Amino acid sequence: MSNVNMKNILLFAFVGLLIIGTGFVQSWNVALTIFNMGLVSAIMALGVNMQWGYAGLFNVGVMGFVALGGLAAVLVSMPPVGEAWAVGGVRMLLALVMGAATIVFAILVYQRMPSGRARGLIVTAIIVVGFFVYRFVFDPAKVSIEAVNPASTGYLGGMNLPVILSWPVGGLLAAGVAWVIGKTALGLRSDYLAIATLGIAEIVIAVLKNEDWLARGVKNVIGLPRPVPYEIDLQNSQSFVDRMSAIGADPVTASSITVKLSYAGLFAVVLLIILWLAQMALNSPWGRMMRAIRDNETAAEAMGKDVKKRHLHIFVIGSAVCGIAGAMMTTLDGQLTPGTYQPLRFTFLIWVMVIVGGSGNNWGAVLGGFLIYFLWIQVEPMGLILMDFITAGLPDGSALKEHLLDSAAHMRLLTMGLILLLVLRFSPRGLIPEK
Amino acid sequence: MEPLNALIVLLNFVIVPATAYGAQLALGALGVTLIYGILRFSNFAHGDTMAFGAMATILFTWFLQGAGVTFGPLPTALLALPVGIAATAALVLITDRAVYKFYRAQKAAPVIYVIASLGVMFIMNGLVRFIIGPNDQRFADGERFIISVRTFKAMTGLDEGLAIRTSQGITLVVAIIAVALLFWFLNKTRTGKSMRAFSDNEDLALLSGINPERVVMVTWLLVAALTTVAGVLYGLDKSFKPFTYFQLLLPIFAAAIVGGLGNPLGAIAGGFVIAFSEVGVTYAFKKVLGYLLPETLKPDGLVQLLSTDYKFAVSFVILVIVLLIRPTGLFRGKSL
Repeated sequence: MSNVNMKNILLFAFVGLLIIGTGFVQSWNVALTIFNMGLVSAIMALGVNMQWGYAGLFNVGVMGFVALGGLAAVLVSMPPVGEAWAVGGVRMLLALVMGAATIVFAILVYQRMPSGRARGLIVTAIIVVGFFVYRFVFDPAKVSIEAVNPASTGYLGGMNLPVILSWPVGGLLAAGVAWVIGKTALGLRSDYLAIATLGIAEIVIAVLKNEDWLARGVKNVIGLPRPVPYEIDLQNSQSFVDRMSAIGADPVTASSITVKLSYAGLFAVVLLIILWLAQMALNSPWGRMMRAIRDNETAAEAMGKDVKKRHLHIFVIGSAVCGIAGAMMTTLDGQLTPGTYQPLRFTFLIWVMVIVGGSGNNWGAVLGGFLIYFLWIQVEPMGLILMDFITAGLPDGSALKEHLLDSAAHMRLLTMGLILLLVLRFSPRGLIPEK
Repeated sequence: MEPLNALIVLLNFVIVPATAYGAQLALGALGVTLIYGILRFSNFAHGDTMAFGAMATILFTWFLQGAGVTFGPLPTALLALPVGIAATAALVLITDRAVYKFYRAQKAAPVIYVIASLGVMFIMNGLVRFIIGPNDQRFADGERFIISVRTFKAMTGLDEGLAIRTSQGITLVVAIIAVALLFWFLNKTRTGKSMRAFSDNEDLALLSGINPERVVMVTWLLVAALTTVAGVLYGLDKSFKPFTYFQLLLPIFAAAIVGGLGNPLGAIAGGFVIAFSEVGVTYAFKKVLGYLLPETLKPDGLVQLLSTDYKFAVSFVILVIVLLIRPTGLFRGKSL
C-alpha cells in the first residue's frame, strides 16, 4: 500500500548516488545542472503520468505544452518594447481578437443551426471572410512591429513582471490550448488523440519559430530576467567572497554553484507542491473515479460518470503541469530558443521517464524523471568511452574509427529506445509500480 | 495566352509538385493503413522505417556508383531499391520477432503496441543517425529533368516554363506500379485474400484456418517494400535527412486517417488530399492571379494564405475537420 518501503528508498538513494557521484567524478556544476533539469523533467513526467497513469490518455504533444510554458516566460518577464506597441500593438491585439471572434462565431453558428448544406456553407463563409479580415488587420501590424529594431527587439516584448509569475501563467497557457484540443479529439479513438497532440505540438513550435512579433522566432529571446542572483554580482559582493574564502572555496566556482543551488531550491519547492497535490488527488474519491474510468470506461459510464468530461479535466490539468515545467525550464536557461525543441527530447523522452518510473505512480514518475535525464546526459560520454574502447585496436585516422567516434553522440537515442522496450517487456509496471 | 500562362505556372508550382508529394504520402499512408488493418495499431516508427529503407538504398547506391554502375538517364537508386527493401524487410521482421510478437501473444491493448513502437522509433532513429549521420545526403544522379523550363519555353513559345523533374516522373510511375501490385496482391492472390479476411474479422479468419503469423509476416514484408519505396522517392525528390522523415509522420498519419484508417483506397486519396492542400495553401498565388486578373485588379501582396512553415498546420487542420465531421474518414475505414 504505502510507497515508503525499502525498495523505493533504495531506488531513490541509487539515483541520488548517481548524481552525487557525477559531482565527485566530473564536477559539482555538472551534477547540479543534471539535478536541476532532473527536477524539471520530474514535473513534466508528473504531468504526463496524470494523463496516462490516472486516465490512460495518450498525449504525444508534451513538447508543445513545454514550449508554451517557455513562451509564457518571455511574455511575462521581458520588458515591453514601447516603440513596437506604439506602431502596431493595438492593431495586433485587434487582429487577434478578431481571429478568435471568427472562430467562436463559426462554432456558435455550427451549434445553433440545423445540420445540412446551408449550415456548411454559412460556416465556411464565416471562416473564409473572417480569415481575410484577420489577415487584413494582422499583416500591417506584423510588418511594422517586426521592423522596430529587428536586430535586438522586433517584437512586442513582455510585461516586465517577475519571471516566477510566468510559471503559473505557462500552466494556464498550456491548459487553454489543451482544452481546445481535448474538446476536439477526446471521445474519439485513443490513436486520434495521439495524432492530434503530435500535430498541435508541431504547430506550436512552428508558431514560435515564425511569428517574430510574438517572441522573435528563431532569432531567440535571450537574457530573460532571473529569479536568483547573477554570478557576477555574487563575485563582486565582498561579503560573499569573504564567506566563500572562509570555507576555502574558489569564489568563481562557488558563485555558479550558489546560483544553481538557488534554482534547485525553487524548483524543489514547486516539485514538492505538485507532487503533494497529485498524491492528494490520486488518493481522493476523484482519483479513484479516474482510475475506475481508466480501467473500464463502459462500467464507469454505466455508474453515471461523465467519462468525456473527466478526461477533458485530467488532460487539461496534466498539460498545465507540463506548461509549468516548460516555463521553469526556460527560466533556468535564461533564453527561449524555439529551434531547440525536438519531439524526441521533449515528448518521447518524457514518455520513457513515465514508463520506466512506473505509470500510475507519482513517485515513479519523479524517479523516472531523474534517472532518465541522468542517463540522457551521461550516455553520451559513456558512449564515447565505449567507442574509444571498441576502436582502440583500429589504426588512428582510419575512416571507420572516425565514423564510430563521431557517431557516439547518437548512442543516446539507441539506449533510450532499448531501455523503453526492455522495461515495457520485462517490467511493464515500471520501477515503482502502481499499488 | 494569359490564361494558358497562368495554367502553366499553376502546373509548375502546384500541381506537379503536389502530385509527386501526394504519391509519396500515399505510399507512406498505405503502410500505416496496412499495419493498422492487420496488427491494429498506429505505428509511430513508420517515418523512421522509411528513413532506414532510404538509408539502406542510399548506401547501396553509393556502392553501385563507386563500382561505376549507372542506370542511364534514371537514378541509380532505382537499381539499389531491391537491396534497400530486403534490408528493411529484415529489420522489420527482426523488430516484429523481438518486440511485437510478445504483445500479440499477450493480446495486449493497442496502446501498448503504440508505446512499443515509440521504443522502436527511438532505436531506428538512433540506428539511422549512427550509420549515416544526421545530415543531408544527396544521392540522385542521372538526368535531372524530363522537361526543363528552357526546352518547354522553346517548344511552346509561352512566357512561362514548365519543368518536370525526373524524380517527379519516377515517383508517379513507381507509385502507380507499387499500388497496382499491392491491389493485385490483396484482391487476387490467396495470401492477399486471407489478409483481407484477417483484417475484417480476426476470429472468423482464424476459424477458417488462416495462419495469423503468416499474415503478419506478409504484412511486414509489404510494409517494408512500401516504406522503402516511399522513403527513396521522397529522398530523390527532395533530399535525405533523417529528421524530415520523422516529421513526415504527421502528414502520413493525417493522410491515412482522412482516407479512413485501414482502407488502402482511402490512404491513396488521403495522401493526395493532404499534399494538394499543403502545397495549395502555402503557395503564393500572386503570379497566377497576375495573369488571370485585369491590370487594375492585380494583387500587391503574395496572395499566400499561410507561410510554407505552416504546412504541418494544414495537414492538422484537415485532420481535425475530418475527425469532427466524419471520424471514420472519407472512405469508411477499418477494413482492407
